[in-house]
Amino acid sequence: MGAGPAGCACGYKLAQAGLQTLVVERGKFAGAKNMWGGAFYGPELLKLFPNFCEEAPFERYVTRQRISFLTDEDCLSLEFTTPKFSQPSHNGFIILRSKFDRWLADKVQEAGAIVAAGLGADDLLWNENRVAGIKAGGDELPASVVVACDGVNSVLAQKAGLREEFSPEDIKQGVKEIIEFPRETIEQRFNLTGDEGMSWAFVGSCTEGLPGGGFIYTNKDSLSIGVVAQLNALAERKIQANDLLEEFKTHPEVAKVIKGGKLVEYSGHLIPVSGINMMPKLYSDGFLVAGDAAAMVLGTGLILEGANFAIASGIAAAQTIIRAKQEDDFSEESLSYYKRLLEDSFVLKDLKTFKKAPHFLENPHIYNLYPDLACDLAQRIFISDGQPRGTTWNLFKRSLEDKASLWQIVPDLIRGKGAI
Amino acid sequence: MSTISIEDKLSVNKFDIDKDVHIKINEDICKSCQEHVCLYVCPANCYKLSEGHITFSYEGCLECGSCHIACDKGAIDWTLPRPGFGICYQYG
Repeated sequence: MGAGPAGCACGYKLAQAGLQTLVVERGKFAGAKNMWGGAFYGPELLKLFPNFCEEAPFERYVTRQRISFLTDEDCLSLEFTTPKFSQPSHNGFIILRSKFDRWLADKVQEAGAIVAAGLGADDLLWNENRVAGIKAGGDELPASVVVACDGVNSVLAQKAGLREEFSPEDIKQGVKEIIEFPRETIEQRFNLTGDEGMSWAFVGSCTEGLPGGGFIYTNKDSLSIGVVAQLNALAERKIQANDLLEEFKTHPEVAKVIKGGKLVEYSGHLIPVSGINMMPKLYSDGFLVAGDAAAMVLGTGLILEGANFAIASGIAAAQTIIRAKQEDDFSEESLSYYKRLLEDSFVLKDLKTFKKAPHFLENPHIYNLYPDLACDLAQRIFISDGQPRGTTWNLFKRSLEDKASLWQIVPDLIRGKGAI
Repeated sequence: MSTISIEDKLSVNKFDIDKDVHIKINEDICKSCQEHVCLYVCPANCYKLSEGHITFSYEGCLECGSCHIACDKGAIDWTLPRPGFGICYQYG
């Protein structure tokens, strides 16, 4: 259910194994309902599609990974680039979902599955206590197993009784604009050539102190620019994510790179960010949950990844089903193999490693105090005002005296050590 | 730089608007609500407060689910639009 990364990876593997597979997608086409920040990291896609770089409609590959700390006017940036990013196994691909998911669904279809777009499950089909298929478009579609890959608002996982609605504390809202430019303008402004691209994350004034951040990704001939903020914090502060985005766009460092572009799309989406702390039970009789529907998203503060987790979980679901088919056993016990596979892979290992990160990242100091402190120190180091200078250590101490106290910082460092 | 309104932003999006309305609100609950979190969590301005009443429009809904999750009063019955209808992202 759902032709996103999880559903397509699962459907692709099942079809390759010769199993009769139907991928149901409620959008008019795969990707019609999907948006994200912008980049896919890790080798999962290349494992599935060895010719990915030649075939897939990716925008650019990530060669510049930049993170910036913002105050209202200042910006302190750290950028990492390595020739490794340009090697054939590229670490990250910048992707627009509407184009990419369509390609992915075509691959699934080529492998032998049926992708039914414009169809949605109205309900699950039950045989006593086990899931026995779906009801869609007035038809009953029986199945040995149903895999819910229907995203963060997964209706099916709720109908199957595996999870409740997620709570706003565990959710971040992302809003994004696509702004079009001539390709050369993007390459000049971001110092890119050919298919090189930049992933740019922002922490600080872009969320006005709320847990979250800003982002810019360079597409081929557009920029993705957006803001992500904790859902309950938006409600408590009585501010819309779009207000944060509009303010973010006026920051001097941001305003100059988006100047003169043409808005071509505005989108919004939710991200389940509490990882393993919010993860539902992953399987029941005749039923599995994968991807965002199961909150398989890793947020460490420096990275926010979900699509590679979705693909890995989709593949693990397919392996589980292929094994269950061989044994003709789709019971809960047989499908529990899915969890074992995930426990052995980076999916649950990473989510367990960063179990404390979501709570740590709610600390407002990360979004106001530290960006402020970092920019203040940078001012003291870099601005030449004719006064005698202190050593860097002394400048740091002065920044600290002005902006914070050790009593604020030491507990954060101790908590951060175990969390991120 | 002039800011662009949400309505202007939504106007560049592609929607296939259904005649069926996929959002329902319980006006009795909304009347007694003080917080009106729906006004802030909806990225598409689907909810508006006019003369003490919450009104809504469903046409520009981005189908994120924020309203349903954030309204702890249970006043919003938000479902997905019928398959094939609603927001249709061209970029994503």
